[in-house]
Amino acid sequence: MAAYLAKRFLIALATLIVASMVVFAVLEILPGDPAQLMLGMNASPDAVEALREQMGLNQPVVLRYLAWIGGLAVGDFGRSFTYSSPVIELIAERAIVSVPLALMSLALSTVIAIPVGLYAAARRGRASDTAMMGAAQVGVAIPNFWFALLLIYVFAVWLRLVPAGGFPGWSGGIWPGIKSLLLPAVALALPQAAILARVTRSALLEVLGEDYIRTARAKGMPRRIVLWRHALRNAMIPVLTIMGLQFAFLLAGTIIIENVFYLPGLGRLAFQAITQRDLIVVEGVVMILVASVIAVNFLVDVAYAVVDPRLRLAA
Amino acid sequence: MKIVKPILAAALLALASGTAANAARTDLVVGMVLEPPHLDPTAGAAAAIDEVVYANLFEGLTRIGPSGEVQPALAESWEVSEDGLTYTFKLRSGVKFHDGSDFASDDVKFSLDRARAEGSTNAQKGLFAAIDSVEATDPTTVTVKLKQPQGAFLYNMGWGDAVIVAPETADKNQETPVGTGPFKFGNWAKGSSVTLVKNPDYWGEPVALDKAEFRFIPDAAAAIPAMLSGDVQAFPNMPVGDALPQIQSDPRFKVVIGATEGETILSTNNKKPPFDNLKVRQAIAHALDRKAIIDGGSSGLGVPIGSHFSPANEAYVDLTGTYPYDPEKAKALLAEAGFADGIKATLKLPPPGYARDGGQVIASQLRDVGIDLEIIPVEWADWLQQVFKDKDYDLSIVSHTEPNDIGIYARKDYYFQYDNPDFDKVIAELDVTSDQAKRNELYKQAQKILADDAVNGFLFELPKIGVWDAKVEGMWENSPVQANDLTKVKWTD
Repeated sequence: MAAYLAKRFLIALATLIVASMVVFAVLEILPGDPAQLMLGMNASPDAVEALREQMGLNQPVVLRYLAWIGGLAVGDFGRSFTYSSPVIELIAERAIVSVPLALMSLALSTVIAIPVGLYAAARRGRASDTAMMGAAQVGVAIPNFWFALLLIYVFAVWLRLVPAGGFPGWSGGIWPGIKSLLLPAVALALPQAAILARVTRSALLEVLGEDYIRTARAKGMPRRIVLWRHALRNAMIPVLTIMGLQFAFLLAGTIIIENVFYLPGLGRLAFQAITQRDLIVVEGVVMILVASVIAVNFLVDVAYAVVDPRLRLAA
Repeated sequence: MKIVKPILAAALLALASGTAANAARTDLVVGMVLEPPHLDPTAGAAAAIDEVVYANLFEGLTRIGPSGEVQPALAESWEVSEDGLTYTFKLRSGVKFHDGSDFASDDVKFSLDRARAEGSTNAQKGLFAAIDSVEATDPTTVTVKLKQPQGAFLYNMGWGDAVIVAPETADKNQETPVGTGPFKFGNWAKGSSVTLVKNPDYWGEPVALDKAEFRFIPDAAAAIPAMLSGDVQAFPNMPVGDALPQIQSDPRFKVVIGATEGETILSTNNKKPPFDNLKVRQAIAHALDRKAIIDGGSSGLGVPIGSHFSPANEAYVDLTGTYPYDPEKAKALLAEAGFADGIKATLKLPPPGYARDGGQVIASQLRDVGIDLEIIPVEWADWLQQVFKDKDYDLSIVSHTEPNDIGIYARKDYYFQYDNPDFDKVIAELDVTSDQAKRNELYKQAQKILADDAVNGFLFELPKIGVWDAKVEGMWENSPVQANDLTKVKWTD
């Protein structure tokens, strides 16, 4: 087990280093001068040059890469050009929005998807199955920003139950924060739930065709018990895989929803940083995301071992 | 239990909204599209910086008022010597910075010297170029000597880039700004909002608001529900788009279509053939139907312009008739210039709607006279690099939002690549003229030269669509400088 973990760790580390090179190289060839962008159209050329010098942009590429990666190794992500505050602080400020939002929507989508998938699989081919899978199909097809706008007009503009957007921070208590994340979490969770429900259903159907299910039924075990105890557990592997992918997506891929609700999340930080050519921030955010995707994948692997004893023994 | 819960929730809700409506309001949430990168107006060109701090948090020797006029600020009065070379500013006494320290003449000397220093990153160093020396004569008097007379010096000192900062705190102003204004810095939730609070020790008339929050809403689709739900009570420059009629018909809101200093132009590379040919540029001018461009690019709002000058300025002359819309004339001019078979060129468009949507209209108008444009959308960083810095472009569309910026046409390295000694002479004379009537006359000459030379396609003045709660008073209707001055804003009941 220890050797297995060590191997996984080394692979993760190598992935991170390769990712850092790719990210750095891509941003290097991106056109646009950060100094000119900061000072704008009327700036005099010598002011731009002075700022380039201050930002260290006149040093050779390799030196800048080594300085950056050396900083990362000791946990120093550098300072943002535009915000002029440490990158790690910026990421932390955004993570307190993005992480709770991702967790809320993942929880919401799981709570909806697993029972729907189970129910539909148990009633395969019947009207209720068709109706649920039809609804799931619609859920996959609806663009989430449109659904989000619909939610805003109903719950914020018309009923005035929740704010139309923005994030007040956690300093004013948990409830205002949760309240402002409620609509975005629902908007994000619905399409994810639809996908997850379909995956759960098809994974269950596959398992339900196995011999041991027939055996269990033949020895007189009630359908419900068979479904929950024998079928669901064995169907969990593809479901967990999808959930892992979804969490990674929810952490960073929510830029559209963050824009609709003007939430200061990680996606928007990355987006703003790219348009402002705040390269060090882009690099920092991407590295954090790469690291979290790797971490989530690792956790999913551990979860596999929990639901499937064979993997535990093989390792 | 099932019924009780909703009723309870409704009661709580009514209670919450009831108290909010009855209390005398002294807070305001102002919507803005862009978040400032930092809060130091002396170290960046981003309009969003001034839109938060100008007049609210920082003050200069002078300031620009709602109609673009120069008003006293930290200098209560000034004297100009006979030869126009010496300005003696009498400063206000009893002024304190937000950190409690006293404001005095050495702060003025520090701020101006810092802005014009060798390694300064002030984005508008040109404002200070004429200064020869700054002397703190006594604690409330500052003497500024100029190298040559400069007509716009007092106006220049009113820019956000020329505000007065304290030596002790200047380096920290990007994160925690310390100024002398009627509001002081509260907090900045990055990506979300900046909050300013009332400065109880302000030297002048205290502001009516206790708290002003600037909330950043980049998406037009989010701005409208934010206004409709009451989360945001004022949006001085709102991206409304097609929702304008809906907002205008809502009695809860006041909608004011004002003027900005944004001359929206079809920028033209005057050194790149065939655009170095005056006849080609005149042909383009004749091919542009401004009304259709304003309808397509700016929802029908915006005043047509015929040169690079704001219609709100008293020195403005209407030159839209110099080359009136006349496609036949345009074709004839192209033929005369030797391009009877047409021209192929590129049109690089930055992200704003006026450029992307207006660009489609312009491309179709120019195609009608035989100029075939390939549209290339670029993002801002690309635009600044390719078009503005490297001058690698044929045509582009952009709004020049700096106030009174006609002087850019005299800059040799500017991206229009325009070069006309007659024009340079007018600007040089303008630089050394302080008499307002004479200045206006020179401004008129300058506008005329640019219009005749058809340097760029002059399209329209960018409108400012201001939306605020009907009970809010004192917002600026026009935008002569980039600012959201909240010093006179209050709630009425």
